[in-house]
Amino acid sequence: MKVIMSGNEATARGAYEGGARFASAYPGTPSTEILENMPQYGDSVYSEWAPNEKVATEAAIGASIAGVRSFCAMKHVGMNVAADPIFTFAYTGVTGGFVMVVADDPGQHSSQNEQDNRNTAKSARLLMLEPADSQESKDFMKKAFALSEKFDMPVLFHVTTRTCHSKGIVELGDREEAAVPDYEPKIKKYVTAPANAKVLRATLEDRIAAAKEFSNNCEFNRVEMHDTKIGVITSGVSYQYAREIFEDGASYLKLGLTFPMPDDLIKDFCSKVDKVYIVEEMDPYIEEHVKMLGIDCIGKDVIPKYDELNTDIVRKAFLGVEPDTYKSDMATVVRPPALCAGCPHRGLFYCLSKRKGIMITGDIGCYTLGMAPPLNAVHTTICMGASISQGHGASIALKDAGKDTKVVSVIGDSTFFHTGVNSLMDAVYNSGSNLSIILDNRITGMTGHQQNPGTGFTLMGKEAPEVDIPALCKSIGVKDENIITVNPNNLEETNAALDKLLAKDEPTVLITRWPCVLKKFSQQDLDEFPTLHKTQCVIDQDKCKNCKMCVKTGCPALISTKDNVVVDYTSCNGCTVCRQVCPFDAIEEVTR
Amino acid sequence: MSEVKNILLVGVGGQGTILASKILTSGLMKAGYDVKMSEIHGMSQRGGSVSTQVRYGDKVYSPIVGKGSADVIVAFEEMEALRWLDHLKIGGTMVINDFRIQPVPVNLGNAEYPEGIIEHLKGICDVHAFKAAEIATELGNPKAMNIVLLGALVKSMGGLDDIDWDAEIEANVKPKFVDLNKKAFHAGYDL
Repeated sequence: MKVIMSGNEATARGAYEGGARFASAYPGTPSTEILENMPQYGDSVYSEWAPNEKVATEAAIGASIAGVRSFCAMKHVGMNVAADPIFTFAYTGVTGGFVMVVADDPGQHSSQNEQDNRNTAKSARLLMLEPADSQESKDFMKKAFALSEKFDMPVLFHVTTRTCHSKGIVELGDREEAAVPDYEPKIKKYVTAPANAKVLRATLEDRIAAAKEFSNNCEFNRVEMHDTKIGVITSGVSYQYAREIFEDGASYLKLGLTFPMPDDLIKDFCSKVDKVYIVEEMDPYIEEHVKMLGIDCIGKDVIPKYDELNTDIVRKAFLGVEPDTYKSDMATVVRPPALCAGCPHRGLFYCLSKRKGIMITGDIGCYTLGMAPPLNAVHTTICMGASISQGHGASIALKDAGKDTKVVSVIGDSTFFHTGVNSLMDAVYNSGSNLSIILDNRITGMTGHQQNPGTGFTLMGKEAPEVDIPALCKSIGVKDENIITVNPNNLEETNAALDKLLAKDEPTVLITRWPCVLKKFSQQDLDEFPTLHKTQCVIDQDKCKNCKMCVKTGCPALISTKDNVVVDYTSCNGCTVCRQVCPFDAIEEVTR
Repeated sequence: MSEVKNILLVGVGGQGTILASKILTSGLMKAGYDVKMSEIHGMSQRGGSVSTQVRYGDKVYSPIVGKGSADVIVAFEEMEALRWLDHLKIGGTMVINDFRIQPVPVNLGNAEYPEGIIEHLKGICDVHAFKAAEIATELGNPKAMNIVLLGALVKSMGGLDDIDWDAEIEANVKPKFVDLNKKAFHAGYDL
């Protein structure tokens, strides 16, 4: 049967067909939909959201050691979080086939950095597969588990934004069940005390050598001979760009298994063509290897080392031509993303934006957008969980230097569970003085609404215990009187809590609890927040003085022109932040 | 081998470009074409510029539409038409929803929304502009403007009349919105 699937849907399907029985992930663009697509195979594959990528990887490793085919999935920066277990699991090898899906984001469509994790496969010594479209995502993923078992090595399944989020036609196959052996302890294999680990390190080289031999003659690496004046070596979606530009005017070595690299195959291919071009995104991963083999080639001399590749770039780089296009001298205005109308983060950031002399450390999520004008209320974003630990370090450093700048750290509920908890422990244990604000919007928002340990539901739709955030903070050692929960849409309540907590010289926690406006509300949400989406705001144009105070909340439901401000009724959700900041009582809340 | 056709759907996060392209690609696949579609998720969905790229033909390699290669660009918002002009093939058609969404810098008074975009573009390329939101509102729900635009796109592409678009709408939208969306599709097609 043929269906249209995104690369992520196809990867999920491949895991199902390949006999996987266990899957775990933390959501992250562009990888999120892989696990979101697993519950449909729930009769055969158990799947879960983990609090972070390290935990997801370790859970999947546990399943593999127990003898079950398993996988974990993450975005590229999640790989950094999961690096600790995977670098050692490479030594031990697997029992059930194990795949780590890592989705890079060339061009940083939705990420804080751009890192090429093909280097990670090389550095951790993991087998690496790189599919080029949805069909290959399905086929390679299906075969990855047996490949992992064959060489006793974990597989890094390397995908990119463009393979993840492009759709193509996929021919489906059947599931292949893998037998689960009875558990037997293998202490010398899995206890990496130095005496064992040294042996494993040596045998890993033997396993890599066997895989290298295999890579020279395997279905993942393919030669397409056409005109031999140009030979293109490429992998992943870059193959599609090269194929589109050179058509049959070049021959191709399309690599799908890229660690270990097929040296003999590369040498043989290069001997049959006049010139070798390397077409690859981000780092010169293939190019450096080809040059190390003593082969002249052209790659990063003409293709940029960063940003997403496309056909326009490949054409210009190698053929020196650009397409004819229509041109206009009329300028467009940038359209940056913004916090949604009714976003519960707006009220908090509005309150913070009015305070002078504070440093605001931020984190990864929708609330990163609190940085944008007119709020300008997030000053840093480095990585998941960093807001509280950075805030702690800054609060100690500022105090030590005799400065009276107060430090506020903002972090979402899911990000707090990811790695923020450890940071709060640091702040409490070491007597910091930053105010940690946990923006609990009852869901993992930015990645498109995934359940997490605080929401009461699992990936597979089962009810689950909820983390009690105030109780957790208290158990870490934050004093009871230093933990306050507010409705962030209520500016007076939020400001009062900020006044109280910012006056303290010890770790404090403010929890803003209100659901994401885009969330599909649970019955519990409807019971706890009965006014959700029940009202809207309207501006009384007779009372309005067009002072634009409401517009300074940055709400996209307020349409401002020279003449007036009106509320777009299709997008207003009745958060009333604009009504509360209006100095002329010109905004009314009405039933929707 | 038939030439690969390229379509770009551009707009603002939340306007329904993804549903329109889902119906489009599903119909193209059933008609026997190789199809690739590309979209970007994540942060840009929060009110930023978004694009969905669709390519079809006997064999499609790259999932993205390059500069100067789109046979039709469907702009769900007028300034987005201007932003993507350089992707239109010489001789291609720009289908434009006569509809504005003010970006934040304009709302804050830090920039001005360019006036007269549609007239300006008419002087440059083939433009088919209309008020899809008004048509959808008359049919009962302004949110169906994405399917009005899909109907206009199918007409502009030509050669896609044998596809059962009503069946694709039935397969891809919630039952209670099927009638509305069928009407919206035909309203856009018949313009």
